[in-house]
Amino acid sequence: MGLPELYWLPHAEDFDARIRDLKQSKASSSDLVAGLVNLANRRLDFLQTTRLDRIFQKRLAEIEQSDAAPARIKLALLASGTVDHLLPAIRVAGLRRRLSVECYVAPYGQYAQELLNPASELHGFAPDAVLMSVDVAAAVPQLPLELDRGQVEAEIATRIAELRELWRLAREDLRAIVIQQTVLNRALPIFGQFESRVPAASGALVRRFNLALTEAAAADNALLLDLDWCAGQIGINRLGDEMLWHHAKQEVSPAMAPLVGDLLGRQLAAIRGLSQKCLVLDLDNTLWGGVLGDDGLEGIVLGQGSALGEAYLAFQRYAKRLSERGIVLAVSSKNDARTVEEAFQRHPEMALGLSDFAAMEVNWEDKPSALQRIAESLNLGLNALVFFDDNPAERTLMRETLPDVAVPEVPDSPEHYARCLADAGYFEAVSFTADDQRRTQQYVANRERKKLEAKATDMKGFLSGLDMEARIGPFSQLDLARITQLINKTNQFNLTTRRYNETETEAMTTDPSVATVCTRLKDRFGDNGIISVAIARLDESADEPVMEIDSWLMSCRVLGRKVENVVLDELVRQARDRGAVALRGEYIPTARNELVRQHYAELGFAPLTTPEQSNGHSRWVMQLDDYRPQNLEFFKVVRADD
Amino acid sequence: MTESETYDALNGIFREVFDDEGISLTPETAASDIPEWDSFNHINILIASEIKFGVKFNASEVEGLKNVGDFVRLIQSKLAAG
Repeated sequence: MGLPELYWLPHAEDFDARIRDLKQSKASSSDLVAGLVNLANRRLDFLQTTRLDRIFQKRLAEIEQSDAAPARIKLALLASGTVDHLLPAIRVAGLRRRLSVECYVAPYGQYAQELLNPASELHGFAPDAVLMSVDVAAAVPQLPLELDRGQVEAEIATRIAELRELWRLAREDLRAIVIQQTVLNRALPIFGQFESRVPAASGALVRRFNLALTEAAAADNALLLDLDWCAGQIGINRLGDEMLWHHAKQEVSPAMAPLVGDLLGRQLAAIRGLSQKCLVLDLDNTLWGGVLGDDGLEGIVLGQGSALGEAYLAFQRYAKRLSERGIVLAVSSKNDARTVEEAFQRHPEMALGLSDFAAMEVNWEDKPSALQRIAESLNLGLNALVFFDDNPAERTLMRETLPDVAVPEVPDSPEHYARCLADAGYFEAVSFTADDQRRTQQYVANRERKKLEAKATDMKGFLSGLDMEARIGPFSQLDLARITQLINKTNQFNLTTRRYNETETEAMTTDPSVATVCTRLKDRFGDNGIISVAIARLDESADEPVMEIDSWLMSCRVLGRKVENVVLDELVRQARDRGAVALRGEYIPTARNELVRQHYAELGFAPLTTPEQSNGHSRWVMQLDDYRPQNLEFFKVVRADD
Repeated sequence: MTESETYDALNGIFREVFDDEGISLTPETAASDIPEWDSFNHINILIASEIKFGVKFNASEVEGLKNVGDFVRLIQSKLAAG
């Protein structure tokens, strides 16, 4: 178990030389960013991490001005101990995912005061996320040992209620996502192994406390930085020790900062929609042992009967489980396509079947091209892909050709594959929605739709053949997790690419000046779930009230289905309800949203600016008195009312 | 490990911690000689040394250190004790 060394990342053989190069670099800022991200994706110890962070911070202003500027997130750390030594590792973990993390550390032990005081530096900082970290002594009271279970639970409930009040302040006053660290169980047993049988004994108390914390987090939609779990993985005395606590009030040793920083970096990236979404698997010696083309269907090693066969099977089962939670699976293998199909259909021990893969690239072409085609066919960015291949040459080629693809170092033996993938944390989640569970079915249904599209002779015939039903209306409480997920991960069909967290989307539902539109789409191939989100705000500063479309985005899975026309009808309806006379829209160009440059023109909006005036940024308007609803005959529109 | 090898290894750690290739330690070097030698970097030096030399320091040993000479003597005694 090598978690502390970030063992899934490749070594940085020439670290010193590359740091020297970066320091003296006169390279353009995009090359500088590429160099920094590349080094951040190496297996660095805590001193190397600190040195890389120094260069990153020194050149930050220049980096943030550049075209290659990473996404940004502001993190406030509120802790009862010292956390400053974790900051370089947190920032490097962000950089690893092309995320620039700006950190603010509240004065030692002052988190409650900072949260309560609207004039505090914390409020001025306006964090997107707040990490609350409380050590065992600060979190859990010392109780008289004779208290029974009920009394102990009442004490814990009081503490949890106090914490939840702080979470509420962070959520409502700061509009921030709360990340609560679980309490590290450093309590020393006074009863030995009998400890957990005595409710008021500290060891037992901390366990109950963490359990109650988990339940409260689920109720309040807070995230958990699960250090207690991490300690269970690597050993609590490796994570930190008493010398560091008494000497420097560090719960986590500087040596473990790269690991803890990465655990947090994953969550920050997930908040920004930067978690990976698709696992691309090699086949020979990755999903089974041996080479299918040479050894034949009977010769490959898979399944019960041998240790290696069971190990490959366990890895397939882990991949299957990932797909059940919404991670899309794909194959990239140099093999004969028919032999592979036959193997999946006929080998009795396969846990994965052909229908578990949303894309199959089985041919003799180079793998970087295969991954580009997979990304394209699934409408995903390359940074959404993880490439898992036992062949080191393929991994090196992939890293050099497509640096945005995540490429873990695959362990030497298959019994370690699944753990490697789990430890690397590519698929960190901040929510789990019904749509996640249906994802693979949706991609498979999409393949069927494409077949129909190929057959249909005209567009209208194709659309009518789909039997589409759109369910449309304001955001509902139940859908906020999926709505927020879509807001944070949609890059292509996204007019403004503004990101909001769940606290913010929730606030929109109760603000009468904000119009929200959420659209679900069903068709004869299945339920696509929530696929489009639009947000508009009433601007009453002008002579006549106008609705400003703040955000408009859609999943590319349903491109070309005229969903945007249905959404426009709903936006107009809600704008009229609020007394607006016009709708205004804007397009903010990014590296990924060229697709929608003409979106407003195509819907009949008139330009307010020309792109030449303003770097491609354009503004548009539509008067509402002459707007007629579109009434598309191939759409059944159902209004989901407030 | 000889005393001079310990100095060399420690010098490497200091250069990494302070990102300064010009650092050259003597027995008299103390926190006041290196402006960035604050409590944060102090802990980093201790932890990096624990990893490098394969030893563990305890709180009472760490309290008593006045300069690099003291620290090298502490490391040497730990290494000798095995």
